[in-house]
Parts: sequence; C-alpha cells; structure tokens
Amino acid sequence: MEYEAVIGLEVHAQLQTRSKMFCRCSTQYAGAEPNTHICPVCAGFPGVLPVLNEYAVELAMRVGLALNCEIVSTNRFDRKHYPYPDLPKGYQISQYDLPLAVGGYLTIGHMGEERRIGIIRVHMEEDTGKLLHRRGDDGEVYSLLDLNRAGVPLLEIVSAPDLHSGAEARAYAQKLRQILRYIDASTGNMEEGALRVDANVSVRPRGSEELGPKVEIKNMNSFRSVERALDHEIARQLEVVRSGGRISQETRGWDEAAQVTLPQRRKEYADDYRYFPEPDLPPLVISDERRRQTQGNVAELPDARRDRLAEQYAISAYDAEVLTGSRDTADYFEAVVARLGDGVPPKLAANWITGDLFRLAKGEDGDLSGSKLSPDLMAELVGMVHGGEVNQGSARLLLEDAFRSGRSPRALARERGLLQVSDESQLSGAVRRAIEENPAAVEDYRGGKKQAIGFLIGQVMRQTRGTAKADVVRTLLERELAASD
Amino acid sequence: MELTREQVEHVAMLARLGLSEEEIERLRTQLSSILAHVNMLSELDTEAIPPTAQVIAMQDVVAPDEPVASYPVDEMLENAPEREDSYFRVRSVLGYET
Repeated sequence: MEYEAVIGLEVHAQLQTRSKMFCRCSTQYAGAEPNTHICPVCAGFPGVLPVLNEYAVELAMRVGLALNCEIVSTNRFDRKHYPYPDLPKGYQISQYDLPLAVGGYLTIGHMGEERRIGIIRVHMEEDTGKLLHRRGDDGEVYSLLDLNRAGVPLLEIVSAPDLHSGAEARAYAQKLRQILRYIDASTGNMEEGALRVDANVSVRPRGSEELGPKVEIKNMNSFRSVERALDHEIARQLEVVRSGGRISQETRGWDEAAQVTLPQRRKEYADDYRYFPEPDLPPLVISDERRRQTQGNVAELPDARRDRLAEQYAISAYDAEVLTGSRDTADYFEAVVARLGDGVPPKLAANWITGDLFRLAKGEDGDLSGSKLSPDLMAELVGMVHGGEVNQGSARLLLEDAFRSGRSPRALARERGLLQVSDESQLSGAVRRAIEENPAAVEDYRGGKKQAIGFLIGQVMRQTRGTAKADVVRTLLERELAASD
Repeated sequence: MELTREQVEHVAMLARLGLSEEEIERLRTQLSSILAHVNMLSELDTEAIPPTAQVIAMQDVVAPDEPVASYPVDEMLENAPEREDSYFRVRSVLGYET
C-alpha cells in the first residue's frame, strides 16, 4: 500500500515589542542576570493586574493580515492552567476559543510549483520563564528559575495539516519567518528561541481522508533540524505501519546528535488545562477602522515584492526570489538600481549583488550587515562595469576592496591602475612592441593564419596588466599589421 | 449533583494538594453542595441575554509599549522559598538534571 505523511506545524514566535505582554518590564534581557527583568505581574505575585501591550496587538494583527486571515473582532483572553514553575501563577494567559486571527494561508514554492498551506489560527499568549535542572551535593535534583522571559509577547501560529514532507515543512517555516521579518513582527531567530517550531506528524494510506494517530515532535532548533527530524519521523512511522504495527500517539523529541526522534517522558497525567476566561483582562474589540489602519502598516510582502521586482526591473524570477529573501536585501537592491546611471541595466546590478556580493557577505539570506559597500558605491561599480571602465576580473577585486574598506571603486581603480585603457595613443606603444617582439606570430598572421592575432592580443594585455580594452587592441593590431604589410 | 471520589482526587492532584481519606470524603460532600448551590443559576431563563465572559462594562484596556524599570532582583527574591545566586530555587520538576 502507498502511504503519505501528513504534517501540521505549530510555530511560536516572540513578538518584537520593547516591553512584555501584560507588564512593562523590558524584553531586552539577552545576556542579563537572571530575574533582573521581572516585576510582580510577570512573576505571578498575587493581587496584580495585567494590562495588555497595545503594540503587541498591532504586531499580532499584522501577522494575521499578512497570513491572509480573518481578524476576529471580539477577542478574549483565557487562562490555560498547568502546574509548572516556569509560569509561577499556575496558568498561562492565552487565547482559547476566540483567537485573534483565523482561516488564512501562506504560499510555499515558486515558479509554477506554488502551494497554499492553510493557517488555522493565530493567537496571542505570553512566554514562560526558563528552568535549569541541577543536582546538589547531596545528590538531590532541584530546579533554578529565571523569569526574565516570562511574559514576553508570544504568538502561536497553527498550520493546517497540509504539509507532506520534511522539505515542505521547512519551506513553510522559512516562509513564515520571512513574512514575520518583513512586517517587523519578530526577529524569527531560532537559535535565540524567538521562533520555535513543533510538529504533528502522522501517516495514512494515500487517498484516505482520515488522519492516523499523530506524534508530536519537539526540540527542533533549526530549519535543517525541522526537515531532518520530520523526514526521520516519517520514515520511522512508515516502517512501523508497513510491518503491521500501530503508531502510538506520543510526544517525541529530536535528538540532534543522534539524528533520531526519541520518545519523551510521559506526563504523569493527561493535559487538563481547565481553560476559563481571564477575568483581569476585559475584551479587546477590533474595529474595521483599526483593521484597515494595521493593513496599511503591513509592508509589501515577500511574494508581492518578488513579482514586482522581476517585472519592474526585468530580472529573472530566480534573482527576484533571492533578492527578496530579506527585506534589507530587497531594499539594498532597489537603492542601488535607483542610483544607476541611464542605460545601466538593473539586471547587471542583480548579478553583482546575488553573485559576488552575497559570496563575500556569506550571510544567511544574503545578510549584508557586514558590508561597507553602500548602494552608492555599488551603483558606481556596476556603472563602471557597464561602461567598460574595468573588466570583470578587476571589478571583482574592486568589489572585495570596497566591501571591506567602504571606499569608492573608481578611486580604488585609479590607485591600483585597474582602469581599462581604450585610448589608442596610450595603447599604440604596446601594440607596436608586441609586433616587434613576436615576428613568428606576425608571419603566421600575414600567411593567412588569422587566429594568430589572439596571441598578439594576449601579449598586449600582458604588457598592460589586463587593463587594455580587448576590442580596441584588436582593431589597433589589425590596422598596424595591415599598414606595415 | 454528587461528585465522585475520583473527581475530588483529580481536582486535588491538579492543584497539587495531598488529601487524607477523611479530607477526600469531607470535601466531596462540601464541594457537591457548593456546586449544587451554584447550579441554581441554571434555573434562570437566559434566552434573551447575550453570553459574556466579563461582568464589568469595560473593553480595550491597553498600555503603550514603553518599558519601565523592573524591580530590584533582591526585592523580587525576598519571599522566595530558596534562592541560588539570583535564581529562584524550587523543587525538582523533572526528576533529572539537564
């Protein structure tokens, strides 16, 4: 029997606010001493009153709108109870049956292979504290609690079970992060835990409508581990069902070192969250006007920008895709294009950015933050290449130099003697010398072996350290050889 | 509205309360009559009343995203059952170290 895998992802993303969700403690606690960014509200002291962060709502709405969701007009918060000290008040403030946004999608793939992946819901909640588990001198195990992260605004984004492979799940997660970054909703940094991906995976006979027992996969800390963990889990489940076994519904963790998923310890009892409405937070009503206002704050999204760049600047679909990998890169490209002289094709700028510049930056998603090559300088260099002022090889050297030094490529070219020489009077000496010093080649040429001119061109180029314009050299040689015939 | 013994034990476990045999039975009786009392509300005809999760006529209470200084760590940890450096130290939740 043929089987297919069914995957749904649950992504948690920290929102990029300055203060926490329900109190005004700072969210900038990275590297800070434990418990230095807390107050009675986020530490769950009795008798405190949470107050909702207005900007967190704005960012959450942007995400909902960017994911083509319907924004629910009346929002409510609920308490999700569980006894674990990472949230000492004994519950997490979340949204249960009235989430902020429902029923959207995002698109993965490109160029004829696009697929819409459904978004079931997007809801607001608060992040938890961090626990460290230690063993004391007496052998007793205990836990240390740092609440700096507790109360940081968090979004939970739940996909429909529309994904069928590790690669698709990865593409979905990457696309989601790209969108979150475009609208300034989240840093999306997985290593720092600002973006966390969990998955539900099951297998079923192809064509079947029913879902098999689902396994929850946790502890995937990079996009690569999302792909690998899910592919591993799918293979494991297929092996079980093909050998006549049954999948047991459980939670498994991805073991990065061993590259396998392993069962996590069973909870001592089934989840019983006893959701009820959070009495301390009044309802949040989102008007149509407010929704329109936020829609206006949603920047041009990656797919739209990709298609626009391809169209507007006549660049390839592939280049447009690469250039819109991050908003910064797309901004950079458009800034360069705006500074190009008349007649310089944007396509040339795209080539230099996606080729040599990206190679130098080596950053993920073409992160150009380490580059000192401003759009002005890049446009200058592209203009020089287009106008034949420097050859490809010299332009590469100049790009690298300017990338590190931030200096003008034209000034550097002058300094380093890399400007191409097309002035005939400057080249005639070298041409004559090539002819004088290579009588054999001259003989060949005159004897009808016209390709011998290539050798002579090479000699001129060598004398001028590659700065002579080859077509000018050819013309000069032809003229000189004909004249002294 | 009679609660079962199992329901009482379940609720006690969720609240992390250890109850003696005698307490289980006593609370079972008491909780049953409390529930029965509250259940009287369901005798009311609420057909014409829209559902609500709130009884205070407020909505959209928000604060601008402007951080203010947090509390001094010593003050926050003052009532901690135990502390280690600037951590709260609590009983093990995993049963093993990580």
